[in-house]
Amino acid sequence: MLLRHTSVDVAERNALTVNPAKTCQPIGAMYAALGIHGCLPHSHGSQGCCSYHRSTLTRHYKEPVMAATSSFTEGASVFGGQANLLKSIETIFSVYKPEVIAVHSTCLSETIGDDLNQIVQKARDDGKVPEGKKVIFASTPSYVGSHVTGYANMVQGIIRGLVERHAEPTGKLNIIPGWCEPADMAEIKRIALAMGADVTMFPDTSNVMNAPMTGKHEFYPRGGTTIEELSRAGDAAYTIGLGPFTAGPGTEMMDKNFSTPHSIQDLPYGLAATDRYIMALKRVTGGDVPEELNTERGRLLDMMTDMHQYLHGKRVALFGDPDLLIPLTEFLRDLDMRPVQVVTGTPGKAFARRMKELFEGRNAQINVKNGQGADLFLLHQWMKNEPVDLLIGNSYGKYMARDEDTSFLRMGFPILDRVGHSYFPYVGYTGALRLLEKILGLFMDRQDRDSPEERFELAM
Amino acid sequence: MSTSSSLPFEDFREDVSKAYPSKVGKKRMKSMIQATPGGPSEIQANVRTVPGIISQRGCTYAGCKGVVLGPTRDIVNITHGPIGCGFYSWLTRRNQTRPETPESENFMTYCFSTDMQDEHIVFGGETRLKEAIQEAYDLFHPKAIAVFSTCPVGLIGDDVHAVAREMKAKFGDCNVFGFSCEGYKGVSQSAGHHIANNQIFKHVVGTEDEAPEGEFRVNLLGEYNIGGDAFEIEELFEACGITLVSTFSGNSTVSHFARAHHADLNLVMCHRSINYLAEMLETKYGIPWMKVNFIGAAATAKALRKVGEYFGDEALKARIESVVAAKLTETEEYAATVRGRTQGKTVMLFVGGSRAHHYQELFKELGMKTIAAGYEFGHRDDYEGRKVIPDIAVDADTRNIEELKVEKDPDLYRERKTPEELETLKAKGLEIADYEGMIPDMDPEAFVIDDVSHYELEKLMEHYKPDLICAGIKEKYAVQKWGVPLKQLHNYDYGGPYAAFGGARNFYEEIDRMVGSKLWDMVTPPWMKPLEPRPVEIL
Repeated sequence: MLLRHTSVDVAERNALTVNPAKTCQPIGAMYAALGIHGCLPHSHGSQGCCSYHRSTLTRHYKEPVMAATSSFTEGASVFGGQANLLKSIETIFSVYKPEVIAVHSTCLSETIGDDLNQIVQKARDDGKVPEGKKVIFASTPSYVGSHVTGYANMVQGIIRGLVERHAEPTGKLNIIPGWCEPADMAEIKRIALAMGADVTMFPDTSNVMNAPMTGKHEFYPRGGTTIEELSRAGDAAYTIGLGPFTAGPGTEMMDKNFSTPHSIQDLPYGLAATDRYIMALKRVTGGDVPEELNTERGRLLDMMTDMHQYLHGKRVALFGDPDLLIPLTEFLRDLDMRPVQVVTGTPGKAFARRMKELFEGRNAQINVKNGQGADLFLLHQWMKNEPVDLLIGNSYGKYMARDEDTSFLRMGFPILDRVGHSYFPYVGYTGALRLLEKILGLFMDRQDRDSPEERFELAM
Repeated sequence: MSTSSSLPFEDFREDVSKAYPSKVGKKRMKSMIQATPGGPSEIQANVRTVPGIISQRGCTYAGCKGVVLGPTRDIVNITHGPIGCGFYSWLTRRNQTRPETPESENFMTYCFSTDMQDEHIVFGGETRLKEAIQEAYDLFHPKAIAVFSTCPVGLIGDDVHAVAREMKAKFGDCNVFGFSCEGYKGVSQSAGHHIANNQIFKHVVGTEDEAPEGEFRVNLLGEYNIGGDAFEIEELFEACGITLVSTFSGNSTVSHFARAHHADLNLVMCHRSINYLAEMLETKYGIPWMKVNFIGAAATAKALRKVGEYFGDEALKARIESVVAAKLTETEEYAATVRGRTQGKTVMLFVGGSRAHHYQELFKELGMKTIAAGYEFGHRDDYEGRKVIPDIAVDADTRNIEELKVEKDPDLYRERKTPEELETLKAKGLEIADYEGMIPDMDPEAFVIDDVSHYELEKLMEHYKPDLICAGIKEKYAVQKWGVPLKQLHNYDYGGPYAAFGGARNFYEEIDRMVGSKLWDMVTPPWMKPLEPRPVEIL
């Protein structure tokens, strides 16, 4: 057994996390910053943080992930990291020539109390930031929240540093996607364009984290929201945030800072969440839903109804991030599957509340835990006590899935051992269709593998 | 690369250093030399990376927890800090391990962390750590629990060593020890290796009396069993009748470490990460050490023969010769079949602290030319040989890392070889307590670049476009976008083993695949190629 020390008995733990269902803030900040065109993320801390984040993002995307570090030494840790950050800014603009440097802090620089606002201002005052170039920043202490929080914090850093309000309104719609894949971001934008909206979307990692092979490494790939677009985002008519945890705080900030009316929706995973996204778009654009989206919805529902017998009653364990887990659980519920165990290491009362709401008035038994003590060790113990038919989560789930001989669908972050997530969306109706196809494939392959010979079916 | 027509080294060095702010450029110049004998031979290494430079390097925690302690299966390794450090070092280094039975302890698939929150940063994390250790003990009853400090732990002043002592005394049957391996210490992973060596030596080595049986007993130091390399070497030793007491630390257990003092020879693979332990084992227990390399078929044969020479036993030598005879010719014959396709191809290696050197052996066997190489976290001695150690200036970053004061153990010290015997062995070409470094093995024209930056790597691609680059995950996909294959030499691209004879064959196959593929020629679509002068009928 791969996880041979995971016992069936669940003992109360207070201080020891075993096999976490979250990681730390800075990697989320780095990912969000990659969604700005011409941006070099910068990690203000030890070299290891930057190296770990780049490695993890690279393994997930199989793409170059360029980012710099303040390379703290013991001296910097004692005397403060100002000199390191000033040096970094000078070196980066000299060698790597980005449009924007997006600085995020780490547990190290936060613990010693480095003030990014003050240091970045000093860099500007000292003439280390060339004309027309930008340095933005976000405070992302690793001992608060999770990678999810880091993404949300960098989105706010982008707004503080790059979004402006001018006299002329643009009438455009801002979309702030929560943490999802580049292919998902492209799909979110496609749906909004199909609805007739004139869209500024940020961050946007499509064509950055799924860049083509052309025989040349584009240090700053073609994708990402441009600083010109961002500078006019404060003049937009409306902001839709997708994902209360990762996009919510930024969306509210747009309203607070620029009086842009807003709504916060779930990321559009599954039929109902996509319906809500399209309704939100319809409220803003006032237009009709085009035939192409009606057709896509119809196709999804077609597969849902046609294949219902293979899905009904199937027990599912899930782990990942709140903005994925909430709409995904809802979709599974709507398919008449039984999501029975849900875990995320990301804290926040809103998660438990939303999960509860999903099953209100329904006779459902579901174990939900998030924040401290919600880890994969616990989820695995739950699975041992009450086995499931399907496990959904990031690549770390494969150890549990193999030990328990459970079907396993990779979804979330990080996916280190399969490809496709950066190219094919899971959001929207067509994304849900793909998700459904994957789930059905897992169940049907298992049936083909396990059924007795006389019950082996040609047509299913 | 055709060295004659491309940019000369000095021009390249000038060119890249100009892109940096002038002081930074001047500093980077000192980390780039040519391997030319008689030329400027001193390379700047093991110095701070300039902030803002995109470096390959990681941190001290990574070197300590990830590299040295990661591969030992029966220690519960608890990361004391916020969640990230533990998460990123969870199963990402491909250290393979084979527990003796399906029930034997193996914690390598687990990640343990105290997941520090803001209140612990403010009020201190010692209570949290104690509680976490207690919970780990109650859940798993392991033989050993190790605690690894992350950056904030050092800053807030948690005394992990005092906590470890207290818990060890409390349990009685579990060895608990800590590592002050905060990420900001040192200039790279290298400091973490040293810290790991020190604590393993202090807390584990020599704690078990039972001597393993065997006539020719060795420890293998600095072999981490990435992709199963250590398994290959283990098999080879067994075939030769050499008893492996302990490997630091591939496929290892705490007990292996605890009995390491019973070996009569230490074989050092990765000099950079483990030479401290080799020296301490010699001083305290009288075990000589010798640099070896099991990467490359010829190198493997050479290493085995050196072991035979050291023990000086004719039966052992004969057995080694029979193993070599059986394996070497077969491997060389296979290399010859590949060489037709690899001969003359060029390669650059920027990786680690020993692999950039060791893997040049395999490329030589394929007839490939190493045109540039450098370490990510090597020191000058790894480039120029241990003879330069007395000349290396000790800077503040090195002074921060504890040097253990080690003395002869009054009971356990045993002289294995007299100084005269060791001198005789050295005269026969055994690298006893020595390592000559990478540079003497390189082509005089080749470039040597320490802590290469991403900018420099891209410039090397632009000017010299090699047939293959060896580096790590962070470089892989950027290099491949240029149409040049990159072989990862940290994680082997999830392949391997590449050590010893069987590994060499795997590597030949892999490189044959990589440099021989026509995939890379498909970059330009037909509509971007010049039209062929052929009349086309248009209907």
